[in-house]
Amino acid sequence: MNISKLSKHVVLKGGTIIDPAAGTEKKGDILIENGKIKFVGKVEAPKSAQVVDCKGLVVTHGFCDLHVHFREPGREDKETLESGSMAALAGGFTRVCVMPNTDPPLDSPESIRYTVDRSEECLVHIHPIGAITKGQNGEELTEMGAMLSEGAVAFSDDGLPVTDSGMMRNALEYATMFDIPVINHAEDLCLKKNGVMHEGKISTHLGLSASPDITESNMVHRDLELTELTGARLHVPHVSSAKSVDHIRKMKKTSNRVTAEVTPHHLFFTDEDLVSFDTNLKVAPPIRTKADQKALIKAVKDGTFDCIATDHAPHTIEEKEGTFDLAPFGMIGLESCFGAVNQVMVKENKMDRVKLIQMLTVKPRRIMGFDHDLFSKGAEAELTILNPEESWIFRKSHIQSRSSNSPYVAHSLTGKIKYTIIKGHITALS
Amino acid sequence: MQHKHLLGLKNYPAEDIQTIIDTAFTFREVLERPIKKVPSLQGKTIVNLFFENSTRTRISFELAQKRLSADTVNFSASSSSLQKGETFKDTAQNIEAMKIDAVVMRHPTPGAPLHLTQHIDAVVINAGDGTHEHPTQAILDMTSLHERFGNLKGLKIGIIGDISHSRVALSNIFGLKTMGAEVTLCGPATLMPPFAEDLGVKVNYNVDEVIEWAEAINVLRIQRERMGGGLLPSVREYRNLFGITTERLALHKKEIVIMHPGPMNRGVEIDSSVADSDQAIILDQVLNGVASRMAILYLLLGGKQEEGNN
Ligand SMILES: [Zn+2]
Repeated sequence: MNISKLSKHVVLKGGTIIDPAAGTEKKGDILIENGKIKFVGKVEAPKSAQVVDCKGLVVTHGFCDLHVHFREPGREDKETLESGSMAALAGGFTRVCVMPNTDPPLDSPESIRYTVDRSEECLVHIHPIGAITKGQNGEELTEMGAMLSEGAVAFSDDGLPVTDSGMMRNALEYATMFDIPVINHAEDLCLKKNGVMHEGKISTHLGLSASPDITESNMVHRDLELTELTGARLHVPHVSSAKSVDHIRKMKKTSNRVTAEVTPHHLFFTDEDLVSFDTNLKVAPPIRTKADQKALIKAVKDGTFDCIATDHAPHTIEEKEGTFDLAPFGMIGLESCFGAVNQVMVKENKMDRVKLIQMLTVKPRRIMGFDHDLFSKGAEAELTILNPEESWIFRKSHIQSRSSNSPYVAHSLTGKIKYTIIKGHITALS
Repeated sequence: MQHKHLLGLKNYPAEDIQTIIDTAFTFREVLERPIKKVPSLQGKTIVNLFFENSTRTRISFELAQKRLSADTVNFSASSSSLQKGETFKDTAQNIEAMKIDAVVMRHPTPGAPLHLTQHIDAVVINAGDGTHEHPTQAILDMTSLHERFGNLKGLKIGIIGDISHSRVALSNIFGLKTMGAEVTLCGPATLMPPFAEDLGVKVNYNVDEVIEWAEAINVLRIQRERMGGGLLPSVREYRNLFGITTERLALHKKEIVIMHPGPMNRGVEIDSSVADSDQAIILDQVLNGVASRMAILYLLLGGKQEEGNN
């Protein structure tokens, strides 16, 4: 991975420009001047311009991920805002929202300010999501108003659910004053117990303690009902089960207050992959059955899901090479994201590639209220250039995260990021 | 043998299970002799790596190793050092450095033996991995059934008790199904794995029906920790519904074979008088345990056959 400053003039020459905001795909060039979009169309390159040959490549908006864990402050051995930014660039992401389950958690205006300040130095845009409750203990609301003024974009206790339904109601009601999304990690811990995978035929064969799909869908259903009751905005993260999809699809028919995301790994893997006992496949919520996978794919295609989010969750090798019961939940996912979802959705399930790219760009930006008309004149150049056809094997060497807990290693993926342009820099990927 | 290791009986070839059972009978003969030792594994070094206490299994393995003239080292990790996570890999690497031929491992986590094979070259034998498998126990159970019935094909076996926490049950199911036996599981619904039928077995909550149907039953230990919590109301309730009592067996005209992998909770899952009766082959299981483990070690470590013993 090679990062360099953009020249005064840069021409992205001869690519296929996918504008996810307009939903269009056409051949053309892009002229960038001083890091800003100057012109989109047919460009005669100025003499001194840096020309990037985009023949055979797709030029589109930089990807936006609403769900990453960068572990700063507290577990800088796993990831920092800076190392996480490198992983983002490698995956074509120019903008990410970091979850607040750091140590200490992002549960105060001061901690939000700290993250915003630290992010200035990073090469992607980083937006903190504030905790719903102080210390993520599910008991006391955080100072949401002040946290928003400092730069928080949403609220979540991610990593942990808000278990108490009364508390969740309060959080949603309180959030209606600000019209921002509340994101609840939906897992009923009483039902989950010590479950480390999805409860089904495979867990029965493996003897691993497991939790059923309704561990998630019951709480998703509760949250949807509370959203209807309060009129708040709910964003459902990392949906993993067919039952949750059904609840969300149903609610979306009558409500525009609900959005939902799906991860690449819930689309790519099934519980059958766990026969390897690979601890990198231990995630929360767990990877579920083929039938669930099928339902998730369908929900991506029919628009029940608004966006793809990686739930990039770095953990140390030492933690992940322990035994299955002790390994923490989570996998990294930024670097492998596009190759995985493009393979599953476009190559294998014939989804329109513009629609998929919308789920990585304009749609997540809309949920958070970020600018999303990125090809308009004067907009900051925030672009991703990719080869949608390239088939490649994901290797450890492709990982830029400080951690390497990826189950994709040695898997074949389709679609590869070539360049990421953001904050006046261009990152070239080999 | 088609597999280098013995990690579990899921997808383990029937021919190899049969070979182990046949070889176990040969060693069973050795164990009846005045001098019970053969030189088959002379010069081989085996580590018994126990991350969890199990006196019975460890002694059985140790005895099998001594009878085969192997050199044996015992390693028991306390559960407190286990919590540190690195212990497992460190231990594995230490073993690898010591040029050990085989590792017999007991570990509380499913998949741990498979994990170990990724770190070391030695032959790995699973002596129980959490709630996953306990293949040598299942093989000794099958050896005992084979001894009693002359065949496993078509045999009707009931497994009674806490199925969902039992590696013995899972390995027995995999092994018995592979060998053509029929299996019915019986126990409280809270201790039955959710997709039990997917294992190719029947589930019946009525223990009397299972006794009526079966030719042999394998009675599993009910841990007292499970009582009085969310899973089981009381010992009394368990005994009423599932206990293998003298009174209950007396209601059935036929005499079935009673097995128990030990250690028994006399008066909970099984009556003392049943355990000590002629119907029970529990002590044969113990002796077959040594013979089966000798067979497994011998076959996997490629020991030389003792003269005049083939
Ligand atoms: Zn989460």
